[in-house]
Amino acid sequence: MTELLRPRSMGQARERVDGAAKVTGRARYAFEQPVERPAYVHPVQATIARGRVRTMHTGDAAALDGVLTVLTPDNAPLLATGHDPELEILQSPEVAFRGQLIGAVIAETPETARQAAGLVRADYERQPHDVTLSPERDDLYRPDVVNPSLPTDTGQGDVDAALRAAEHTVAATYTTAMYHNNPMEPHATVALWDEGGLTLHDSTQGVHAMREAVAPVLGLDKERIRVIARYVGGGFGSKGTAHAHIVLAALAAKRMPGRPVKLALTRQQMFSLAGYRTPTIQRVRLAADAAGRLTAIGNDVVEQTSRIKEFAEQTGVPARTTYAAPNRRTTHRLAALDVPVPSWMRAPGECPGMFGPEVAMDELAEDCGLDPVELRVRNEPETDPDTGLPFSSRDLVGCLHEGARRFGWQRRERAPRSRIEDGWWTGTGVASSTYPVHSAPGTSATVRLGRDGSFEVLIGAVDIGTGAWTILTQIAADALGVPAEDVHLHLGDTDLPQAPVAGGSSGTTNWGTAIVEAARSFREKYGADAGPGDELIATVPANPHSDRFAMRAFGAQFAEVRVHAATGEVRVPRLLGVFAAGRIVNPRTARSQFIGGMTMGLSMALHEDSVFDERFGFVVNHDLAEYHIAACADVESIEAQWLDEHDPYVNPMGTKGIGEIGIVGTAAAIANAAYHATGVRIRDLPVTADKFLD
Amino acid sequence: MIPFDYRRAEDTDGAVATVAGNPRAAFLGGGTNLVDHMKLGVAEPELLVDVTRLPLDRVDRLPGGGLRIGAAVRNSDLAADHDVRERYPVLSQALLAGASGQLRNLATTGGNLLQRTRCVYFQDVTTPCNKREPGQGCSALEGYSRYHAVLGASRHCVAVHPSDMAVALTALDAGVRVQGPDGERTVAVADLHRLPGEHPEWDTVLNHGELITAVELPELPMAARSRYRKVRDRASYAFALVSVAAALDLSGGTIRDVRIALGGVAHKPWRATLAEAALRGAPPAADEFRAAAEAELADAQPLRDNGFKVPMARNTLVSVLSELAGEELR
Ligand SMILES: Cc1cc2nc3c(=O)[nH]c(=O)nc-3n(C[C@H](O)[C@H](O)[C@H](O)COP(=O)(O)OP(=O)(O)OC[C@H]3O[C@@H](n4cnc5c(N)ncnc54)[C@H](O)[C@@H]3O)c2cc1C
Ligand code: SF4
Repeated sequence: MTELLRPRSMGQARERVDGAAKVTGRARYAFEQPVERPAYVHPVQATIARGRVRTMHTGDAAALDGVLTVLTPDNAPLLATGHDPELEILQSPEVAFRGQLIGAVIAETPETARQAAGLVRADYERQPHDVTLSPERDDLYRPDVVNPSLPTDTGQGDVDAALRAAEHTVAATYTTAMYHNNPMEPHATVALWDEGGLTLHDSTQGVHAMREAVAPVLGLDKERIRVIARYVGGGFGSKGTAHAHIVLAALAAKRMPGRPVKLALTRQQMFSLAGYRTPTIQRVRLAADAAGRLTAIGNDVVEQTSRIKEFAEQTGVPARTTYAAPNRRTTHRLAALDVPVPSWMRAPGECPGMFGPEVAMDELAEDCGLDPVELRVRNEPETDPDTGLPFSSRDLVGCLHEGARRFGWQRRERAPRSRIEDGWWTGTGVASSTYPVHSAPGTSATVRLGRDGSFEVLIGAVDIGTGAWTILTQIAADALGVPAEDVHLHLGDTDLPQAPVAGGSSGTTNWGTAIVEAARSFREKYGADAGPGDELIATVPANPHSDRFAMRAFGAQFAEVRVHAATGEVRVPRLLGVFAAGRIVNPRTARSQFIGGMTMGLSMALHEDSVFDERFGFVVNHDLAEYHIAACADVESIEAQWLDEHDPYVNPMGTKGIGEIGIVGTAAAIANAAYHATGVRIRDLPVTADKFLD
Repeated sequence: MIPFDYRRAEDTDGAVATVAGNPRAAFLGGGTNLVDHMKLGVAEPELLVDVTRLPLDRVDRLPGGGLRIGAAVRNSDLAADHDVRERYPVLSQALLAGASGQLRNLATTGGNLLQRTRCVYFQDVTTPCNKREPGQGCSALEGYSRYHAVLGASRHCVAVHPSDMAVALTALDAGVRVQGPDGERTVAVADLHRLPGEHPEWDTVLNHGELITAVELPELPMAARSRYRKVRDRASYAFALVSVAAALDLSGGTIRDVRIALGGVAHKPWRATLAEAALRGAPPAADEFRAAAEAELADAQPLRDNGFKVPMARNTLVSVLSELAGEELR
């Protein structure tokens, strides 16, 4: 058992260390890096979904004043192939999805580059494309693992038999839409290739991760690449893995040795080049005895990946671990389509995978004549149903009870469609949330004593807007036993010690543990006699408790929904989330993560839907006027609370990760509340007005 | 986007002459629609003539009792105008239901009327669109059509006009003052926008180089009790799925006069003349409202994704009329 760090600075609602720089505009994002005489890159994208480029007509583009070069598959610098097909751009004339990079223009101004890119014409040899996701396809396949490297299928007992024998059953299909991450700051890279190697100012969730990804493709030694990302305007997973544009920026820089090049994707380009969440089709089955105790739980998931690169979203995972049931089954089957490459989006797996099962639980509660909170409490497992291991800590029941109390759940009418106020059907709903505690060994951090007695802490982490910079400062302060003012934390640079990506809600665990490790070792080594310039680097070993415990955060989400009786419009006047997520290091930044996740969950519930036109093979509503994200007016009262949780096994801070759990379960709570309001059961997201009209 | 010249108009005659004389020139209002189209390659003017500094930025009372709204009046200012709020609340409500605060601060009355459809295929030059390139075909006809027309469309184009303001103006019988190279004329707002027919490339009846100088609202006492109701996919900052602008005049238990226009259903703001005719002289009862709405929508021809617009428009109209009637009877 680890000795938990004593909180002094931790637990305080400190302001963000980068807040003032951001709100005053002094914080420089990737594209804003002041570089000498930059050239600008604008991508040329395929306008067919499958085939090959026969000829590219670049004459008009090249003739334009200010155009420096037009890159095509015929003339682009060579890359090492066989590593990552998404990144191996402009190496062949093959087109694997619409929107794929087939060229780029480098010019003196961004306007010229964009205009010239529009003048490049491609002749194609078209092939029929196949972009239709359907559970009826006969070529669905079973991936070897699902993200990140979890078993594809799990099973125990006999779900079919349990359903046949059960008192109460639910068997239905639930779908979630295709979603695009849409961080506020578009993906952008500034690249400089000179004698020293390659420098990339990139809008990324992981500087080291980007370097690891592009080094082999570019055929460069890792040491010759430096990636810098001091300020990042959000990522939601789409900046967690390298995408094609970063390689394009590097190729352009290679073509312009010694001259920096700037590349920023347009919002429209982000819809085909920066990843997205696959649509999911979930066949959920639940069986329960007369008392509402689950005898079976199953989720058979169908989703898509791209033909050139596999990404298997782990949608079935939450059904493995949330509730007890002797018979269990989860499967994942994929269709490999001529579509852009799907990837991480906030809470991959858990986010879509709690929609189907948590709506099904609502249906089961009704069938059993049980309150939906009570149904969940009755199915609380003793140990992790998936691994059989004890939980390091788990307080789903506490979250449900506390949430019910705060929300006024007791006043809820049993029957759906029983309350109408001013022409609005009104109801409430609940769903559970869960998200795993991820950790990876190998993170390093350096602690150094400065001349003025303050400490410098160095770590190659990235704050993508989460507050990591602030809370790592607090953690370092407590680990060193000094006030937070005496800690200066440096991050966002591969010149700083190795650190993994800001993803999987694991930043605090991985980076914080490394900092605590370094601070403790520093104190051990130098004791009270440390002098200016003394420094120490420490690296985190694997968590010895990982094999002994299942580690997860849990939560409960409550929603009130109104549906207009005449027009079908849907509003969410209240959302409440209660979470048990270990120790909260900073209530201010934590609240913002929780309510940010919940808002994104509300957005998923009511609005978000990437409309994929199968005839063309791309998302046609590819801008923020047509791809709706919840507007301020959609978010009325939204509240996040947390329970104190002491978990000595997860890491020395006792934290579980909070960046993603807020989006998990929200959509189900809202769909359940919409049912309670209207009696109309919506199993296909989003929950829109038309679904309530007849 | 192509390089372009920018000129600030000194006077209306000069602005009209410049644009009329150059087929690749365009008037620039707030630019909130035109500049987007330039970035997307949907519009490629080589000369922009900025008309926002012309003295067309006032709302004046007309001798007969109406209002004259300058074409350069910003949407925010128009929505906040005292006379508009008191005497034509439907117009103020429609403006405030559109776009966002920042956009309304820039958008002008003239530009708002002439904004183009939000059809996703129109806005993407890589997909066929008859409105952008006549003869290419209409991608929406069998494609994504949630926001498209259910009334008055043709197989050449099923787009809708997106303006909220224009729907209110249509219900109010507003007139559009237009200045061209050959002089001035007035076009009724209801006649300004066209149905697509065989020529969806023409949004309106205006000729190239004709400048909107003002919009005139007639004196209309019943408009003091008027209402705009917009149904959309999020609570703000979204185009209408359907919208209703209406005014109701009751007298002695019957409907003396009624004005109704629908938005989000057609290539132009849809004046609901059938519903109006059915209601004049009828009692203000919910089943009358419903019958009138159904009469108006009887010819609706929904597409793949927008069948819901028919009941949505019907229910919204019934509920707006019921609210207006309820207020009047109180
Ligand atoms: C994200 C987004 C959301 C929006 N949501 C809504 C909404 O919900 N409801 C809604 O109604 N609108 C909405 N809008 C559209 C907005 O109302 C229009 O863009 C705006 O009204 C256009 O006015 P403008 O002055 O900026 O026009 P401009 O973009 O300057 O011009 C538009 C057109 O009008 C022409 N023009 C301008 N002035 C004149 C004149 N005086 N005479 C002749 N021609 C002229 C221009 O040449 C151009 O063709 C939205 C826009 C955006 C970008
Ligand atoms: S509906 Fe009209 S604007 Fe849209 S694609 Fe068809 S022709 Fe073009």
